[in-house]
Formats: sequence, structure tokens, C-alpha cells
Amino acid sequence: MTDRFNLYKYAAPATFYPLAGKLIPWFAAASVIFGLAGLYLGMLVAPTDFQQGEGYRIIFIHVPASWMSMFIYLVMAFWAAIGLAFNTRLSGMMAQALAPTGALMAFLSLWTGALWGKPMWGAWWVWDARLTSELILLFLYIGYMALTAAIDDPRRADKAGGLLLLVGVVNVPIIYFSVKWWNTLHQGSTVNLTKSSMATTMLYGMLLMALCFWMYSIAVAFMRVRTIMLERERHTDWVKAELEGDAR
Amino acid sequence: MIYWNSFADFIHMGGYGLYVWGSFGVNVLIMAIEPIVVTRNQKATKARLKRQIRAESRSTE
Amino acid sequence: MLKIILAVVGRDLKLAMRRQADIVSALFFFVIVVSLFPLGIGPEADLLRKLAPGVLWVAALLATMLSLPRLFADDHRDGTLEQLALAPHPLGLVVTGKVIAHWLVSGLPLALIAPVLGIQFDLSNDALLVLTGAILLGTPALSSIGAIGAALTLGLRGGGVLLSLLVLPLYIPVLIFGAGAVDATVSGLGGEGHLSLLAAMTLASLGFAPWASAAALKIALE
Repeated sequence: MTDRFNLYKYAAPATFYPLAGKLIPWFAAASVIFGLAGLYLGMLVAPTDFQQGEGYRIIFIHVPASWMSMFIYLVMAFWAAIGLAFNTRLSGMMAQALAPTGALMAFLSLWTGALWGKPMWGAWWVWDARLTSELILLFLYIGYMALTAAIDDPRRADKAGGLLLLVGVVNVPIIYFSVKWWNTLHQGSTVNLTKSSMATTMLYGMLLMALCFWMYSIAVAFMRVRTIMLERERHTDWVKAELEGDAR
Repeated sequence: MIYWNSFADFIHMGGYGLYVWGSFGVNVLIMAIEPIVVTRNQKATKARLKRQIRAESRSTE
Repeated sequence: MLKIILAVVGRDLKLAMRRQADIVSALFFFVIVVSLFPLGIGPEADLLRKLAPGVLWVAALLATMLSLPRLFADDHRDGTLEQLALAPHPLGLVVTGKVIAHWLVSGLPLALIAPVLGIQFDLSNDALLVLTGAILLGTPALSSIGAIGAALTLGLRGGGVLLSLLVLPLYIPVLIFGAGAVDATVSGLGGEGHLSLLAAMTLASLGFAPWASAAALKIALE
């Protein structure tokens, strides 16, 4: 125990639990501030897009959600690699805490993509390369969550889930390019979700929204990882102290 | 600075109101519900663990 | 190295021969699923010809899934797997052997029967040839990627359904290029490009997947 304490001081749940608790309000506040600023720029100030009309405003949440869904998967794979290489306890918990948020982001990306597609393409769903890849990403999230939920032993769940994430992350580019190739062979969608020259206000609005989504994801993942930590470490002294301190 | 002339215009979104507000509405809903669900889970877990610890300490005493 | 692989292949084939019913049922599953499609969508030859590559490939993916849960389960139950994991030779080679054996009893029969089913869909001779080649080239990738899923879900409740949840998304590139090869032949573009990509994917997955499966097996056996 002592060697781990020195080496992975901040990775130790006993240290990370209170740290995450202190950080959550800050990330949540940052998310709200970025979100309000992004919405102000995107919804109130930014001019209309001459090609897509006001419907383009959906991209202010569609693009951040898509980015986050991919980014969270990469972060999970990063934690998985750390966890498998150094056998740290925190990494598996982080990956599991991030997964539901990543899946929700993938869902949001699909939902907003469909609502964008209906007026632009005339259909709720088009087998566009990006939407299709996003759907497959959602499947990967669901597979990961199903696997970790099916394994009772948390150590095995972490490692098996981590291995699946690494296999997934190797496959994601292959899947993406094969879907893209399949798409160009079969039709090739005409209107792109995010092309066209964006005005700077639009760009700033979108970047602010992306920051909002990022901060939100961190805040929720920290909240979730704290619950997972309590559950997993319930026999340790620090959890008992934490719970007793809470009661007072 | 504000692009819109009236609040009604803003809601109407140039005819795309349903799609734009449908997107933002679901987004806001998810971002409101997810933290609530996570917090409730945490509270439930804490309560359960406290009960367990109390039961264990009673049985050892 | 080759000796270990061959020994495992021989052993698994011998075991598979004792359970010939399993091989035959998976094969018939493939035949039945493929034959259901014309009944579901109607007998127009043009439509069937267009659907054939996708239908045959999706059915092949599902038929492969059927036999995957058994890949490690039997050896796990009687303790052989633990001994293999403790043996001095690398577990990845053992898995390679098991993957090859799995392909010989699941992928190869599919490839052999696929042209017969292709006739039902009014495919031309060229397309039938490419279809057989594509399934022959693509199914080893299915077996080796599937081995990762089989190892990850070893001994879990509801392992079979979970396995398909994990593995089917990873099969998508094989499906795209496998069906694409036949599609390209039907439309007269030539499927060589697809076939070579399919071969590349099979080689890559045969090289990497057994080691990932070996790691997954070690996690499951801990």
C-alpha cells in the first residue's frame, strides 16, 4: 500500500475523492458560464446562414456533442491503457464513470443530427458517413457498458472493459474509413453538416459551446466516479470516515 | 448587436423552430436530468453503505 | 511455433468432429436465414440480385456468432484453458490455433455453401465466384475478432447476447468490404480492390486479435 501511495498519490481514491468533490462546483460553474456565453453568441448574436437558414443553429449543440462523444471515447481508452499498463485503480473507475456521459453525447449527436437532417435532407435519417459512424460509436459505448455491468468482480470488469476499449479504439478509424468509403460508393450526401464558411461569431459560439460540453462532462464524470469510489472502497477506513463525517 | 427583431422571430427561428427547439430542448433536458440521476444515485449509495457499516459494527460489538 | 498452432488446430478439430451436429446446425441456420429473405421481400430477381451480397454477409456474420460462445467455454469448464494459460508457450499461439480451427468448422463451410445460396438470388457466375472468395477471405477475420469477444465474455451470464453486442460493431468493416466486393462485381466495377482490402484486414486481425484474446483470457482466468 505504501509504495502505491507515494507513486500514485493523486490516483489513490482516498486523495482523489475529496479533490474531485472540491473541483465539481468549479467545473459546473465553468460549464454554465461557457454555455450562457455560447448560447448568447450562437442564438442571439450570430447572423443566419444564407444556405441553411436558421436551422443551422442546431450545429451549436450538434458539433460539440459529436466532438465530446468521440473525445470521451478516446479519454476512456487512455484511462484503459494506463489502467492495464500500471494497474491503477482510479483508471478503471474513471473509464466507467465517463461511459454513460459519452453514450449520452453520442445520442445527443444523433438526435440533433436527425432534427437537422429533416429540414435539410428531407429525412430524419440519412445514411451519411458521419451519422452512421456516430451510431456505431453509440453501439461501442453500449457494448462497453453492457460488458462492465455483466462482470461482478470490479477488477475484472475494469480490465476486461479496458481491453475492449483498446480494441475499440484501434477499430474506430478502420470503421470510420470503411463507412466513409461505403458512403461515397453508394450515394454521397450533398449537404454537409458543418461545411460552408463560418462567420467568426458562429465559430466562437461553437467553441464556447464545446467548452461548455467539456466542462459539463468532467463535472458529471467526477460526480459519478465519487459514487463508484465509495461503492468499491466501502471496506476501507477512509470511506467509513467519509460517511461518518457526512452524517454529522 | 442582437440579431433578432422580436421575441416571436426568435421562437419562430425562420420556420425551423420545431427542429431547433427540439434539439436544444432535449439537450437541456438530458443535461438537467443526468446530474440529478447521478446525485440521487450517490445519495442512495451513501445511505446504503452507512446502513451496512452500522450493521457490521453492531455485529462485531 | 507452428507446431503448437498445428497441435491446437488438430485437437480442436478432433473435438469438433465429436460435435458434428453443432457445425451442421450453424450451417443450416445460415441457409434458413438466407432463404427467408426472398420470402420476406418478394421474388423479383432484380431486387434479390441487389440484396444478395448484404443478405448473405449479414447471415454469415450471425452464423459465425452462433459458434463463438463455445470457442473457449468448453476448455474453460474442464480446466484445460487454465493449464494452457500456465504452459510455457505463449497463449497467443494457442488462441491462433483455436481461431484457425474455429474458421475451419464455421467459416469454411459457409464459403462452400454460399454459392449455392447465391444461385437462389440469381447471381451471375462471376459474382458467385467473388462471393465465395470474399467469404473465404473475410471469415478468418470474423473468427479472430470474435475470439476477443468470446474471451472477454467467458463465463458471464447472458454471455451469448453480450458477445454479439461487443463483436457485431467490430465486424462492420468486414461486412462493408465483403458485401462491397460482390456488389462491385454485380455492377461491373470489379471487386479486386475490395478483396485485397478484405485480405489485408484478415491478415491484420489474425496477427493482432489472438494476442488481445490471450490477454482477455488471462483477465478472465485471474
